[in-house]
Amino acid sequence: MFEWFMMASWSPYIVGAGIGVLSWMTFLLSDRPLGASTAYAKTAGMVESAISGKKAENMPYYRKFPPRADWQWMIVIGVIVGGFLSAYTSGTFTLLVVPPLFAGTFGTNVVLRFAVALFGGVLMGIGARWAGGCTSGHGISGALQLSVASWVAAVCFFAGGILVAGMIYGFSFL
Amino acid sequence: MTLKQLRSNTRAQIILGLAFGIIFGFLLQKGGVTEYGVILGQLLLTDFTVVKIMLAAIVVGMIGVFLMNRAGMVSLHTRSGSIGATVIGGLIFGAGFAVLGYCPGTAAGAFGSGALDAAIGMIGIVIGAGIFARLYPALDRTILKRGEFPAETIPELVGMKRGMVVVVVTVLILCLLYAFEVLGI
Repeated sequence: MFEWFMMASWSPYIVGAGIGVLSWMTFLLSDRPLGASTAYAKTAGMVESAISGKKAENMPYYRKFPPRADWQWMIVIGVIVGGFLSAYTSGTFTLLVVPPLFAGTFGTNVVLRFAVALFGGVLMGIGARWAGGCTSGHGISGALQLSVASWVAAVCFFAGGILVAGMIYGFSFL
Repeated sequence: MTLKQLRSNTRAQIILGLAFGIIFGFLLQKGGVTEYGVILGQLLLTDFTVVKIMLAAIVVGMIGVFLMNRAGMVSLHTRSGSIGATVIGGLIFGAGFAVLGYCPGTAAGAFGSGALDAAIGMIGIVIGAGIFARLYPALDRTILKRGEFPAETIPELVGMKRGMVVVVVTVLILCLLYAFEVLGI
């Protein structure tokens, strides 16, 4: 049993089924669907509050998503911890700055990778809140509730992603 | 403590959020989707790990949540969408997905497993969410409600019973996963 927990990787079907069971638990015990991007909006609200004082609380968006360290915020903190525990116990934890695929095409310049990651993150943050969710909130939690918006969002995530990934690395399937 | 009390207990929910997050992060890392190469592999259509995990999660989650909902144990939380919000936001997200190479959940898991570029990506996502919050009043007046979808859920959209849609979607997803295995992708 312990050995299985320390394996470097599991079958995607086991992992997916595990996430499915996890979603039962979040609905049952917390009455909420699993999602990640709301936590980032809350963090942005905390930063906004720190910079502009009370103003953030009055911004319409943060009235919908109050900048608090609540359930949704703790999810993302937990994901960092869970990712660490999995990598550390399986002996795959390594500090990495430039992913190998990126380095193979664009070189190992740290500043370039950080700038690209920051830009990609900004786009993703805007897009996730614009669409009302991310790959977890829409792609898994909304889709499993048969939400029309979530299935459309998931298709758009991949359509946009496939297009831009192809523009970056070339369309391997053409 | 009853279920109702547990759900409204702020402190218990903070602990549960952390616990659920840890399990989620553990699973994402074990699945390999905390790796930039695996995410890009999916978007370049050379590695189908991301889609396999998502489809398996949808099938298992959908059946359980459907049954619990029918037994009155859980309520559903779906929201309406529109072309202006869902499609445009989804495409912007997709572009960010390819450029960053992680998504909001997997970036956190990747950071936990040592990827520092994922931490920079997380800062970017916060900045992006902050930009959206600033733009929100103007976007809400102009774009977000354009082309609202005619229904909130697929059962309403196609006029079928939810249970029937669950069966159809389960069969379709299992066929797709079977096809992946047969084709070796």
